Amino acid sequence: MELLPLNFLPVGCTARVKQINACGALRRRLMDLGLVTGTEVKAVRKSLSGDPTLYEIRGAMIALRCEESSKILVERSML
Amino acid sequence: MGLTGQSTGLAIMRRIAIAQVKVQSSGDIIVALAGNPNTGKSTVFNSLTGLKQHTGNWPGKTVTNACGRYGYDGKNFILVDLPGTYSLMANSPEEEVARDFICFGNPHVTVVVVDATCMERNLNLVFQIIEMTPKVVVCVNLMDEAHRKGIQVDTKRLSDILGVPVVGISALKRQGLDLLKQSVWEVACGGLSVNPIKIEYDEAIEDAVGIVEPQISRLIDNLSCSISSRWLALRLLEGDQAIVEAFKRYLGIDIFGWVELKERLQKARDMLVERGITIDQLGDRLVSSLFRNAEEISRQVVHHKKGATNSIDSKIDDLLTSRAWGIPAMLALLGLMFWITIQGANYPSHILSKAFFYLEEELAELFMASGMPQWLYGILIDGVYRTLSWVVSVMLPPMAIFFPLFTLLEDLGYLPRVAFNLDNFFKRACAHGKQALTMCMGFGCNAAGVVSCRIIDSPRERLIAIITNNYVPCNGRFPTLIALATIFMAVGTGWFQTVVATFAVMAMITLAVVVTLLTSKILSRTVLKGLPSSFVLELPPYRKPQVCKILIRSLMDRTLSVLARAVTVAAPAGLVIWVMANVNVAGNSLLNHFAGFLDPFARMLGLDGYILMAFILGLPANEIVIPIVLMSYVSAGTLMDLDSLEALHQILVQHGWTWLTALCTMLFSLNHFPCGTTLLTICKETGSWKWTLISFMVPTITGIVLCFVVAQTARLLGLV
Repeated sequence: MELLPLNFLPVGCTARVKQINACGALRRRLMDLGLVTGTEVKAVRKSLSGDPTLYEIRGAMIALRCEESSKILVERSML
Repeated sequence: MGLTGQSTGLAIMRRIAIAQVKVQSSGDIIVALAGNPNTGKSTVFNSLTGLKQHTGNWPGKTVTNACGRYGYDGKNFILVDLPGTYSLMANSPEEEVARDFICFGNPHVTVVVVDATCMERNLNLVFQIIEMTPKVVVCVNLMDEAHRKGIQVDTKRLSDILGVPVVGISALKRQGLDLLKQSVWEVACGGLSVNPIKIEYDEAIEDAVGIVEPQISRLIDNLSCSISSRWLALRLLEGDQAIVEAFKRYLGIDIFGWVELKERLQKARDMLVERGITIDQLGDRLVSSLFRNAEEISRQVVHHKKGATNSIDSKIDDLLTSRAWGIPAMLALLGLMFWITIQGANYPSHILSKAFFYLEEELAELFMASGMPQWLYGILIDGVYRTLSWVVSVMLPPMAIFFPLFTLLEDLGYLPRVAFNLDNFFKRACAHGKQALTMCMGFGCNAAGVVSCRIIDSPRERLIAIITNNYVPCNGRFPTLIALATIFMAVGTGWFQTVVATFAVMAMITLAVVVTLLTSKILSRTVLKGLPSSFVLELPPYRKPQVCKILIRSLMDRTLSVLARAVTVAAPAGLVIWVMANVNVAGNSLLNHFAGFLDPFARMLGLDGYILMAFILGLPANEIVIPIVLMSYVSAGTLMDLDSLEALHQILVQHGWTWLTALCTMLFSLNHFPCGTTLLTICKETGSWKWTLISFMVPTITGIVLCFVVAQTARLLGLV
């Protein structure tokens, strides 16, 4: 299965986090939101101009800009 | 550019934290209140202490530690509301403040407030705190909301697993508070022995902890604080510099000054690397383990009823944050608020001015009869009383209506949606997405808006947000905009006039947003160079606001605070104006001299000398600008019944106002120096006179340029 950056995940689709390419404080912050390897993420909706995107992460609604979401590699879940 | 910790607010928060660490007095029980943002921590705080800490449904609302008290079983409990954080790894000032308090403030109990609708994410913080201290009570808030969404949390089971008391409450409905107080009491006074869960990590990590922990517990045994040695061992292994600094700051101890511990740490790290774990990976593994446990435990204690989803929330969001309807819906909501304000303010305004005018005549007769000297009558009635009555009758009603409406939206959880909708614009301006939130707070009061900028971590973006906050018209400036828009911009009568006025005011707000974005962009390109920092925004679930409570409280608060300001600011201003109008030098009053001096410059901006003077004299509070203008115009002393906007219109037209004067006054009201309170707040928040001066100059220059261009263009085109 191919890995894709989270910002390419189509709205309404679900995926599992495989890798986080951020470092330092940003990495920590993403992980504190529950974005660790294996976490299921759903792309819920895109904002006005397509960025940021709203994701459902462990029951919470979190908006990420593509600068951040592109650093998260995910594997799309098959339905 | 001096963007150090000094100018970021971290220094302020540290000071507050340290001050509170010293709160301890014998016999009192200190309770720290921790939790994720938006779990209703402040509501729990208010329900327990009976205080009225401002709450709002957006992450980061509580930016300072608030302190309150409550009694239980004859004991005095001091409750400290820590900033909401997702973690306590000290990645941000809030996390550092919260962690430092739990570590060094020696709380007897730490209550972790968690959101019943989002247990998995919240448990991460619970684990982190349980690792730090055994004296923990977990408070599962929003049980009612979870119930509505078909989520059931088995608190008994959770308590068995975690080994600490778990209490389910609904803070808004005040359910479960007594049980919470009882649990806190039991843990604090030792009646209940806690046996907190120990989170096991990978074998290699456990071995590394085993190497350093004995040394660390010897270090801690000699200290007055109750930090867990296991927790400290993990932080030191991770290479957490903030905790080393905190030890120096609070306890005066240099951990690394102890050679033996340093050697052990090195040995443990070497061992970890040998087994394939670098320092960076260590952090990842720790967090992953915590979340694995959180997943596992929430599977056991959280039950979802089948078929129940939060469909209402997502349906509302489908509209309010959709690509097509997000912005129109936002404008429509804003428009509705203004329409209600404009329409609603008419009646109380009318009644108030009638009452004041009637009272003025009565007072006049009374004073005449008492044989009071003319000058004293002038000062008291024509000066102080009249300014006061105008501030109250013209300015108060719109303020008292708009503010509660705004608070309703805030409590509903709409503001983060605004930030979500507008984020891309802020990104393009190289500013922080949360600046939209701080701008929203500016609608209420710019000083509060400036304080709320603390939610922005990056010093650069925080300063941009602070400098540009004043472009958003605060509650004190709305009445000016509304009154002028109604008089000069709105054609027609009745409801149609209100609608036109609403559109005029909204055009002004849109302009304010555009100017904010442009200025942010310019600042990002010049004095505050840089790229936008990372941005993570949580959209909380919509919550039903307590409509009656909000309406009554903010109506009262607004009325009281405007009245207080009217007395402290408007009355003296009235006095000054009257004196200036009545002291003659070289055949003309001081007022005319001053206005005359400003007049040539003011005329270039489409204003006149009196208007510009009113803005300058209105520095202490924006509410008094229009009353000062009126005061100066009618200072000759004729009695005026200002019972309608029509009367106001007549005075202004008599003194040469055209639609252009009104437009320029509105523009200058939007774009001029912040009021005194806001300036003081900026000075306190930035800790720098330089940034305060810049915050003063930037909007003023914008206003001058904007008014100049508009006025000159209109005149050139022969529109006036």
